[in-house]
Amino acid sequence: MSSQDPAPEEISSNTLRWVWAAALAASLAFWLFAKPYAPWAFKYPRAWQLPLKREISDFMKWLVEDASFGLFSFTELTRGIAWLLDIPFTIATSILSSGFLKGQGSDAVQILPPLTWIAVIAIVVALGRYAGGWKLAALVGACFSYLAIFGQWESAMITLSSIIIAVPFGVFGGLVLGIAAHRWSLFETLIKPVLDLMQTVPVFAYLVPILFMFGFGPVSAMVATIVYAMPPMVRITMLALRQVPGEVIDLGKMTGCSPRQMTWKVMVPSARDGLMIGVNQVIMLSLNMVIIASMIGAGGLGYDVLASLRRLDIGAGVEAGVAIVVLAIALDRLSQAFANRRPEHYEALAGTSFFKRNPYTSTCLAIVLVTGFAGLAMGWVQTWPESWSITTGTFWSEVVSYINVNYFDQLEAVKTFVLLNLMIPFKRFLISLPWPVVAGLLGLAGYSLGGWRLAVLCAVLTTFMAVVGLWSKAMVTVYLCGISVIIACAIGIPIGIAAAGRDRLWRVVQVLIDTLQTLPSFVYLMPVVMLFRVGDFAAMIAVIAYAIAPAIRYTAHGLRQVDPQLVEAGIVAGCTRWQLLRKIQLKLAIPEIMLGINQTIMLALSMLVITALVGTRELGQEVYIALTKADTGRGIVAGLCVAFIAIIADRLITAGANRMKARLGLQN
Amino acid sequence: MNNWRNKLAAIAGAVAMTALVAGGPAALAEVESKDPIKLTLHDWTGQLVTTKIMGEVLKKAGYNIEYVQADYIAQFAGLKTGDLHVAMEIWETTGRDAMDEATKTGKVVNLGETGMQAIEEWWYPEYMKEKCPGLPDWKALNKCAEAFSTPETAPKGRYLGGPVTWGGYDDERVEALGMDFEVVHAGTDAALFAELESAYQRKAPVLLWVYAPHWAPVKFKGEWVEFPKYAAECYSDPAWGENKDAKYDCGKPRGPIWKVAWEGLGKKWGGAKAAVEKFHVDNDEMGAMVSAVDLDGKKVDDVVADWINKNEERWKKWIN
Repeated sequence: MSSQDPAPEEISSNTLRWVWAAALAASLAFWLFAKPYAPWAFKYPRAWQLPLKREISDFMKWLVEDASFGLFSFTELTRGIAWLLDIPFTIATSILSSGFLKGQGSDAVQILPPLTWIAVIAIVVALGRYAGGWKLAALVGACFSYLAIFGQWESAMITLSSIIIAVPFGVFGGLVLGIAAHRWSLFETLIKPVLDLMQTVPVFAYLVPILFMFGFGPVSAMVATIVYAMPPMVRITMLALRQVPGEVIDLGKMTGCSPRQMTWKVMVPSARDGLMIGVNQVIMLSLNMVIIASMIGAGGLGYDVLASLRRLDIGAGVEAGVAIVVLAIALDRLSQAFANRRPEHYEALAGTSFFKRNPYTSTCLAIVLVTGFAGLAMGWVQTWPESWSITTGTFWSEVVSYINVNYFDQLEAVKTFVLLNLMIPFKRFLISLPWPVVAGLLGLAGYSLGGWRLAVLCAVLTTFMAVVGLWSKAMVTVYLCGISVIIACAIGIPIGIAAAGRDRLWRVVQVLIDTLQTLPSFVYLMPVVMLFRVGDFAAMIAVIAYAIAPAIRYTAHGLRQVDPQLVEAGIVAGCTRWQLLRKIQLKLAIPEIMLGINQTIMLALSMLVITALVGTRELGQEVYIALTKADTGRGIVAGLCVAFIAIIADRLITAGANRMKARLGLQN
Repeated sequence: MNNWRNKLAAIAGAVAMTALVAGGPAALAEVESKDPIKLTLHDWTGQLVTTKIMGEVLKKAGYNIEYVQADYIAQFAGLKTGDLHVAMEIWETTGRDAMDEATKTGKVVNLGETGMQAIEEWWYPEYMKEKCPGLPDWKALNKCAEAFSTPETAPKGRYLGGPVTWGGYDDERVEALGMDFEVVHAGTDAALFAELESAYQRKAPVLLWVYAPHWAPVKFKGEWVEFPKYAAECYSDPAWGENKDAKYDCGKPRGPIWKVAWEGLGKKWGGAKAAVEKFHVDNDEMGAMVSAVDLDGKKVDDVVADWINKNEERWKKWIN
C-alpha cells in the first residue's frame, strides 16, 4: 500500500509523532469531559441506526419466495444445484457407509453392501504406500484402525464421504476462481474483498440463508463447508500462478500455446507444488467445519461430539473428537505425499498385463471383492463388531472430576484474580470509549501505517459497527479477543523461540499445535466450563487454546528462516546468546512474527461463535441467536461486524509488517 | 490413480440400477402414499426417543419413514416448504413464538399435545437445603442469596440461566421480585449441566435453570424453587401479583410439549396424521427412558424397541 500512497513518507516521522500526541490528548479530553455535551458519541442513538437487518431479511425472503429468472425461480435454481450435489454425495455414502439402497426411507433395501472396513483400510494403506512409502502407509493404516477399534467407524465414514466430495469441489472451484483472478485483474479486485468476507464472517451467519436455499440435510452442510474451505485455495492459486517463473511462460509463448493451453498445460502444472498447499488447507478447513455442519444435518463424527457433550459424556466426546483429528492427519499426510511425489515412468512395463502395470489397484480390487463376499457370510468382516471396540470410557470424566474436586479452590483463585484485575477493568475501559474517538484513532493509525486509503477504510468500517447499532457488542468482542490474543502471544512467542533452535522439541510442539487446531473446540470447552464456570474466563481459555498455534508456528518459522550468515556474523562480532537473539534473530523475524499475531487474531475471532455457546455476550452470541431464530439479516449484520474487526486488524498489521520489512531491507 | 475407484463406482452404480429396474415397487399398499414421511431429529435424547417411537409406530402401520437431522428452530423453514413433515417436540416454554409464527402462515399445523408437560424453573441441589433453611420458598431463597454468591457476584447470589435464546424472562423476574441475584447466561445446555455436574461433585452452592423431562433431575437430587404461581396475567399485567408495577413477578409457566406438522401431511398421509395426533406419553415414562439412555448408556433404538414391545395395545390404538 505504501508504494501507492507516498503520503506517509512525505510527512516526516517527527510531524507524525506530534499529530499522534495531539490526537491522543484530544481523545483523552473528549473521553473524560464530553459525555454531558455529546452523549451520542458514547451511546449511539437508536434513531440514527440503519435498519440493515430488516432489509437483508426482506431481501432474503424475496429471493427465496419470489425471485425468478423468467423460466425458473431462484429457489428452483438452488434446489437444482442441491440435487446435483446430492448425486456424488449419495454415491460416496453408498460406497463407504450405507451401501447401495433401493427405495427411500425405511422401505429402502440394501442391494449392495458398502466397502468392508478391511477393504477401506487396505485401500488407504495402498494409497499411502504408493504415495509415500511404507512409513506413510503404516501411519494412515494406524489412523484408520483407530476409527475401527474405538468404534467410530460408522460415523467416520459418513464424515469421510462428505469430505471427499466437498474437497474436490472446493479445490476445483478455488482453482477456477484463482485462475480467473490471475487472468483478469478486474476480477481480482472484485474477488479480493469477497474472499476476506468469506474467511471472516462467522459460519453461523450464513448457515440460515444456506438452509433456506438448499433445503435441509447433508447437502446444505456440504455447501457451507465448501464456502468456508474455498478461499485459501483461491488465494494460493493466485499466489502460485504469480510465482511461475517467467522462463516457463516464455517457453509456452514460443511453442505457440493458446490461452487455454497456456493455463492448463503450462501454468497449472508448474505451479503444482504451491497448489497442493491449497489442497491441504481445504482438507483441514473442511474437517474444521464438521461440527458446525452437523448442526444442520450432516451427521457423522461432528454429531457424535455434539451429542456426547450434551449428555456430558466427556470420554465419548474426546474419542469422537480425536477421530476427527486422526482423519485430518491421515488425509493431510496423504495429500502432502501426493504433492511431493515425482511422476514415475513405466516404459519397461508397457505391454505387460493389467495386473502387472497396476499392482496397487489390482490388490485393492481383490481385497474389496474377497472381503465383500466374505462379509455376506461373516458379519465381522463387513462391520467391525461392537464387542471388539475398546473405549477410554469414563477415564476422561474422572480426570476432570478429580481436578475439579481437588484443585478447584486454586483454580478459582487464579480465575478471580485475572477477572477482577485484568479482564473486567479492560472491558469497562473499552466499553466507555466513544465511537467517534475510536474511529478517528484507528483512521490515524491507518494513515501513519499505510496512507489515506487505509485510513478511510479503518474509519468507515469502525463507524459501520456504530451505525448498525452493535457498538457495545463489538467492543466486548474486541475485549475478549484482544485479551486472549495478548495472552496467547505472551505464551506462544516464547514457546516458538524455545522450539526454533531445538529440532526434537519443535517436532513435539508441532504435533501438539496440529492437534489443538483440528480437535473440535467443543471437546475442551465443556471441561473448561466444569473447571471455571460459565463466563468470560472459560471463553478466554478456549480462545487461547485454539488461537495459540499460529503464534508458536510463525515465531518458530521466522526464527528458523533467519539467514545463517547473519547469525554467524553476530557470533564473530562477539554477541552473547541473548544479544544474538534480541539484536539479530528476533529483529529479522519480526515481520513473520507479526503475521503470526495477525493469524492469531483471525483464529481468535473465528472462535467467537463457539464461545457464544458458553454464554459470552458479544457479536458471536448475536450471530448464534440469529441462527436459532432463523433471522437472516441479524446474523449477517453481526457477522459483517466480526469480519470488519478482522479486516481492520489484518490491514493495520500487514501494513505495519510491510513497513518494517522495507526498513530492514527484506523483500519477499 | 483414482481409476479403480471410478471404475468401481461405475460398476456398482450399474448393478444398483439394474436391480432397481428389475425389483419393481414393493407390496403393502394399504397406506395412502409410500413416499417417505420425514420426521425431524434434534440433539436432545428425549426428543430422539419421542420421534423414534412415533416413527416405529408409523412403520408398523406400513408407512415409509425417514429421520432427518435438523435444528430445533431452524426446522420451521423446512416444515413450511414441505422439506420436512413432522416435528414431535415443540416446547411451550421455548418454541412457542417460532411455532405461532409458523402456524400463522398456514403452512404448518399444530397437532396437539404430546402429553408431556415441560417444567422449567430455578433449581438447587438438595444439599443446599442445609445452608438455606426454608427452601424451596423463593422468599427464603432470597434471604440466603449470599450463600449462592461467587467472587464476581458477591454479595449477590449467582443464578445460572439458560441460553439467551431460551427466553424465560429471568432478568425481569429478578428485577420484579427484588431478588438479590445476578443472572448469568449459559450458552448451551451442555454448559449449563457441566456446571451443575462440577458443583455437585464438590457439593458446592449452585442455583440454575433445570428443565424436565431431562436426565439431570433424575441423576441429581434437588428441588425447584417455588415462586408465586404462574398466571397468564402475570406476564401481561403489571398490576397482578407481588409487585404492582412490574410484570414477570411469578414463576415460569409449565406448559405442554406440542407436536407440529407440515400442512400437507393430512392430505398426503391421512392415517399418519391421525396417528401423530393420538400420540401420547407422560413425563415419568419419558424421564425413565431418557435416563436409561443418558445415564445407563443404553442405545436409543433399544429403549424405543423395548417400549414398542411393552406397549403394543397403546400404539395399536393410534394407528387404527
